[in-house]
Amino acid sequence: MKRTIELAGQVLELVGDKADAEIVVTGGVSALTRFANSFIHQNVAEEGNAVALRVAVDGRVNAATTTSLDRLEEFVDTTIEIASLQRVDENWPGLTRPLDVTDPNHYDEHTEAATPDERAAKVADFVSAGPDMLAAGYCETLGHTVAFVNTAGHRAVGRYTRATIDGIQQLDGAAGSGHATSKYFGDLDGSEVGTIAADRARRGLDAHDIKPGEYEVVLAPECVGTIGMFLSFYGFNGKQHAEGQSFVEVGKRQLDASINIYDDATDTRSLGVGFDAEGSPRRRLDLVVNGESKAIAHDRRTAKKVGGESTGHGDPGSEQWGPIPTHVFIDGGTTPVDEMIRSVDRGLYVATFNYCRVLDPKALTVTGLTRNGTFMIENGKITGAVTNLRFTQSFVEALEQGRVHHIGDDARFADSEFGPGMMHVPSLHLEGWNFTGGASG
Amino acid sequence: MFELAQAAVESALAAGAQYADARVVISKNQSIAVHNAEPQAIDQEERAGVGVRALMGSGWGFYATSDLTTASARAAGEHSAAIAKASASVPGPAMPLADVPVVEAAYETPHEIDPFAVPISDKVDHLIEVTGTVKEVDGIAITTGNLSFWDTNKWFVSSQGHKIHQHLVESGGGFDATAVGEGEIQRRSYPQSFGQFETGGYEAVQKWDYLANAGRIAEEAAALVSAPEIEEGEKELILEGSQLALQIHESVGHAIELDRILGWEAAFAGTSHLELEKLNAHKYGSALMNITADATLPGALGTFGYDDEGTAAQRVEIVKEGIWVGVLSGRDSASVAGLPPGGMVRGDGFNRLPMVRMTNVGILPGDARLEQIIADTKDGVYMSTNRSWSIDDRRLNFQFGCEIAWEVKDGKLGRMVKNPTYTGITPQFWGQLDRLAGGDEWVHWGTPNCGKGQPIQVAHTGHSAAPARFARVRVGVRA
Repeated sequence: MKRTIELAGQVLELVGDKADAEIVVTGGVSALTRFANSFIHQNVAEEGNAVALRVAVDGRVNAATTTSLDRLEEFVDTTIEIASLQRVDENWPGLTRPLDVTDPNHYDEHTEAATPDERAAKVADFVSAGPDMLAAGYCETLGHTVAFVNTAGHRAVGRYTRATIDGIQQLDGAAGSGHATSKYFGDLDGSEVGTIAADRARRGLDAHDIKPGEYEVVLAPECVGTIGMFLSFYGFNGKQHAEGQSFVEVGKRQLDASINIYDDATDTRSLGVGFDAEGSPRRRLDLVVNGESKAIAHDRRTAKKVGGESTGHGDPGSEQWGPIPTHVFIDGGTTPVDEMIRSVDRGLYVATFNYCRVLDPKALTVTGLTRNGTFMIENGKITGAVTNLRFTQSFVEALEQGRVHHIGDDARFADSEFGPGMMHVPSLHLEGWNFTGGASG
Repeated sequence: MFELAQAAVESALAAGAQYADARVVISKNQSIAVHNAEPQAIDQEERAGVGVRALMGSGWGFYATSDLTTASARAAGEHSAAIAKASASVPGPAMPLADVPVVEAAYETPHEIDPFAVPISDKVDHLIEVTGTVKEVDGIAITTGNLSFWDTNKWFVSSQGHKIHQHLVESGGGFDATAVGEGEIQRRSYPQSFGQFETGGYEAVQKWDYLANAGRIAEEAAALVSAPEIEEGEKELILEGSQLALQIHESVGHAIELDRILGWEAAFAGTSHLELEKLNAHKYGSALMNITADATLPGALGTFGYDDEGTAAQRVEIVKEGIWVGVLSGRDSASVAGLPPGGMVRGDGFNRLPMVRMTNVGILPGDARLEQIIADTKDGVYMSTNRSWSIDDRRLNFQFGCEIAWEVKDGKLGRMVKNPTYTGITPQFWGQLDRLAGGDEWVHWGTPNCGKGQPIQVAHTGHSAAPARFARVRVGVRA
């Protein structure tokens, strides 16, 4: 941590009064143990610091990143020199002024220091949960420190950890998945996650094709995490919204009244640090309250455009992709999944979605497939497995008023296909989902 | 830099590894983005460090550090061996490495204009001129232009005696035009979605002449808003070259990765519908389908001298007259499968474990021309430029969307239609390939954003393709 803060100060000193500048130094260790066919086949770790520098010289902007810490003076001078040769950026929002930033303290020393042997032990537990199966997945631990400084006098520092175990069990062509993410490595129970995956795999045997069409669905948290990610990327994104590409109309009830969505890096369950790459503090941002769209995420650039304030979503790449909520919570409900299933006459239970891509960003129409557990529900009971299905569905329409029957009591971090620890969501019981093709087309 | 890599390797061996290799990588990337004729982002990145791989029995260990000192390189070697030892605590079958020639060599990407020597302000000005031209067309709400360049130096050393230096240069970019209608968004891109990227210098950007195409692309995007929707049904489907390239990438390129076939990617990227026992017998497509993985193609994005295991770049037959005959492999996967190593293992920078990646997986050219294919089509649709892509974890069931399409009736291009999609099952679809263009319509399309692995890594891959026709394909799938 000390080295990371020192580096930020060193770069600030090198910039001096030659430019307006913001500096983000990220450092630490990341390690990931990967297994397949029930053995560890890839096992990696890395350490280091990276310095990101954005400068503005009379409104002429340039940004650069380096891991070559022995040539920082050259790095700073070149970055400033290139900036001075550019056109004036009329949309440059300037630097964040000094503000209070609360460190949410999403850090655990043991997680950062987790050893290869400790990760291997979690993997062994996962594998052992399916002794007659082939297990595949990963166990990851990381600990990062982030230090921010700018020439306007703003400072912020924070550190965080993340630990994940995620995998599948495979049995005779069937597969089931399990996932857990926490800031605490000690929270991960490889055996429990492996058992969930094994149970789904066993239930997935003898899957049969069904006719595509609209089915009532119970979606496990992984599916809902994917929905949350698409709502964030295409909907609550300040750039998409300003360009007329988002479905969100602030002040309008667009989703079922039971749906509440917010973004909050400071929530005790959350991960990450309490500020963004522009130094703006991250705070709770209510995106949907009782089905009504309430807010859009902004970095300093999109905030300037609409005359508002940054909401703390100025992450690397946000200039291009837009500010995207990635500490998202969809409020959990009170209904156990078993009860949801009991209330379905004929429908499907889906464990995870796979390879989802947007067809129409404004309507948020998405195509994708089911994976690692798709089950038929008949007369309130799971009656068997079905083969993977392709769907083509507007995620907004699926959550419209009256189409959300139950919200699960099982909210947790779910893997959304876009990485762990970004979506904390429950299972959902929905009126319908449009499946447009089966495994055979 | 060879000394640093050597120190890392020796350290891993001293810590008990039976094999070790190390790469010192210094890579520069420059990205320029312009939005609505205004500068949006200029980013430069330099990543430098050393990554060490150690093998003990079935257990691999990999450790990377950005600190390029001898002490850190040696420490990285020790860490990699300790990680390999931990891997062996959840053991699998032994992981022998297939033999490859041990070489001391050097390779440099042929290029004419160093892209980093071209002033950034010239590149920004060019994109402003292009997007400014796009913006002049009525109905265009958003236009962006992008350029990216990479300059990568790698020094590879193995405990078997490899010593290889490579200098790779990659360049490319593109622009797009977006029209926002009532509740809908229509977009056109040039030269293809996400831009066109190649190995080579700034000449790889210049040859595509963005400015000459800006007006046409903008007008097509604007016209799409008022165009009718594609009709749902079964049609003869003609694909433009860059869309066929992505079709190859998704439904062939990933399916033939040996690590997927062996189950090593089962939890994330997925497996494959291909089974090794059917190699040299499985019918992948029609007799017109001849696919190679060729890392030696000049200018193609997946071209290099040696892969990140020190295996020389090579041309491997993948599908011959419709029959599956080859895979993408590395030294361990090839050895496990009893196949020759293909030299297709690459890592994304110093800090990612090298793994099986596509090189240039492309279809060999046919003898038709697009014009002739259209003239010979009674009731079809011609689709161009990818808009969305989705395929299942075995690379069987796919659905693609394109930016634009035109109906084809009685040998003539008809009206423009919007939101074109098509869907199919890999071997059936490729079995329906009945016309294939070639000549100057055969292009080495580049994909700069192929994601794979955990932690995720991005590879640059090439896909030679030309316009092609497929009989009886389901088009116009809707929500």
